[in-house]
Amino acid sequence: MRRLDARLLLPVLSLALLLAAVFWVQPRAMSYTGLNLLFNLAVPIALATIAQMLVIMVDDIDLSIGTFVSFCACVTATVLHDSPLLGVLVLGAAVAVYAALGALIEARKLPAIVVTLGMSFVWAGLAVLMLPAPGGATPDWLRTLMTVKPPLLPMAILACVLLAVVSHLLVTRSALGTRLRAVGGNARSVARAGWSVVRLKAVAYGLAGVFGVLSGMALVGLATSADANIALRYTLLSIAGVILGGGEFTGGRVSPVGAVIGALTLTLAASFLSFLRLSPDWQIGAQGAILVLVLAARLLVRRRAVA
Amino acid sequence: MRTLTKMALSAAVLALAGPALADTADRRIALSNNYAGNSWRQAMLQSWETVTGQAVADGVVAEAPAFTTAENQATEQAAQIQNIILEGYDAIVLNAASPTALNGAVKEACDAGIVVVSFDGIVTEPCAYRIAVDFREMGRKQVEYLSGRLPEGGNLLEIRGLAGVFVDDEISAGIHAGVEQFPQFSIVGSVHGDWAQDVAQRAVAGVLPSLPDDIVGVVTQGGDGYGAAQAFAAAGREMPIIVMGNRQDELLWWKEQRDANGYETMSVSIAPGVSTLAFWVAQQVLDGQTVPQDLIVPFLEIQQDGLDAALETTPEGGVANEEYTLDDAKAVIAAAAN
Repeated sequence: MRRLDARLLLPVLSLALLLAAVFWVQPRAMSYTGLNLLFNLAVPIALATIAQMLVIMVDDIDLSIGTFVSFCACVTATVLHDSPLLGVLVLGAAVAVYAALGALIEARKLPAIVVTLGMSFVWAGLAVLMLPAPGGATPDWLRTLMTVKPPLLPMAILACVLLAVVSHLLVTRSALGTRLRAVGGNARSVARAGWSVVRLKAVAYGLAGVFGVLSGMALVGLATSADANIALRYTLLSIAGVILGGGEFTGGRVSPVGAVIGALTLTLAASFLSFLRLSPDWQIGAQGAILVLVLAARLLVRRRAVA
Repeated sequence: MRTLTKMALSAAVLALAGPALADTADRRIALSNNYAGNSWRQAMLQSWETVTGQAVADGVVAEAPAFTTAENQATEQAAQIQNIILEGYDAIVLNAASPTALNGAVKEACDAGIVVVSFDGIVTEPCAYRIAVDFREMGRKQVEYLSGRLPEGGNLLEIRGLAGVFVDDEISAGIHAGVEQFPQFSIVGSVHGDWAQDVAQRAVAGVLPSLPDDIVGVVTQGGDGYGAAQAFAAAGREMPIIVMGNRQDELLWWKEQRDANGYETMSVSIAPGVSTLAFWVAQQVLDGQTVPQDLIVPFLEIQQDGLDAALETTPEGGVANEEYTLDDAKAVIAAAAN
């Protein structure tokens, strides 16, 4: 438990620091509506980040999550809106494909980076087939859900807290989560203990698929309609979010709470730079600089802890 | 002189003239832009800066900064719009990355009482104002011009844009409508030039041998006229009337030909300065004027006598531009209201 806290300290600190800076530059953000505007687009990013984290947890990486979320968004805005039952079936099938990919990658010992890169083109193609021109519509219940104004806390914050708690329970507290992390830590010993690694990887990828679907749905709920290219940025954002949140590429060392915080930090960093009126030519660089800064700080903290 | 096709008449302008400017002196208008990576967009931002800088100096509005997203992505622009809402602007002028994916953010802005005016890349959210391009008319106009030049008609070659893009279908539909209106013309060949001179040159060179010798005109979509001319010259064909698309290389070639042999044509496209038209429309809405939700961008046409002036002000490798005034905006609004 204490180690988890140390891992979380830096992400929490960076988020708090950035939030303080944003409030200082733009005091208007310090309100119910302000916080919601600041963070509501972070909700789909956080969901995609959790999906990415589940794959990174089993020592793989998912380069297709951005196009997968785009595809799910297109399905949500078209099929799910027009005939809900068929929509659920299509999204369910997409999750099944994700699970099958996980099994395939493990069973044939394929490099996940290659398989998911290939799949990213498949999802992108399917998204264009679903929605050749931007459009579609949000199912009413989804729009209501994403624009709900609960008392006390805005929807964006509430959703992120809920996501952090659920994924924390799933990954860190449940028996399944422990086994999945063990696959990332030492797959061979998991196999020796009598568990099927193929099945476990299928479960990890399947869960990632579920969070990917949720991300696409949340995005359409916010955007009101879809576009085949709507979430291309999510691939890199999700990887950055996992790492920023204290996760590591190997060894099953991930933190769900950290991943959500990482996604929020990335979103906030972009807003902060925009409030500063930084020229767009510098913004990508500055965003990268913030990332490097946090990672460098993490390295320093870790080294001191070891020494 | 360049002629701006103002569909409204000066009478309409007079009818609207006279509202006080001071009403918007403390208002702030932001430009939300998704992309700055080509000459058209650079000219668009430059025009915005020039016109709004003057407007701020004159006390028409308090502030009018331009925001461009670091990457051309709808999700980034949605976040950018939400940031602009947070900063408390009164109006957002928007060139959108997606016609639909920003609707949620645009709705948030409208709900916060912010005026949203989209142009060029327009959005479908009903609460926003749209300044759209009438691409059909752009196609039809070319045939109309040719009918004035060549009353007896003849064979036309059509150069289309990028296959599968909405703009290409629209301009082409307009050209075909024009041919129906002026039946003395017939389109004997059609190639895709992808709005790029090199692609157009290859495509035209490839199709020329299969076409009759008496091609009198080439109807284009912009960015392809120079390439077509090169292909005709290389094939040793008689130069037809090629309608140009306001690109600097096209205008330069046209001038060279005019000086050498009196070549005559016309050029039509949309001026990047349409961002400034959107600015004035937003200002008019903030001023309390009644503005229709859907407006049409006037074309920037260059005729023979305006060629030198246009070429002088067009940067090398760029596009001819026009900055709009408050009166232009009023004319456009009046035209749409009728």
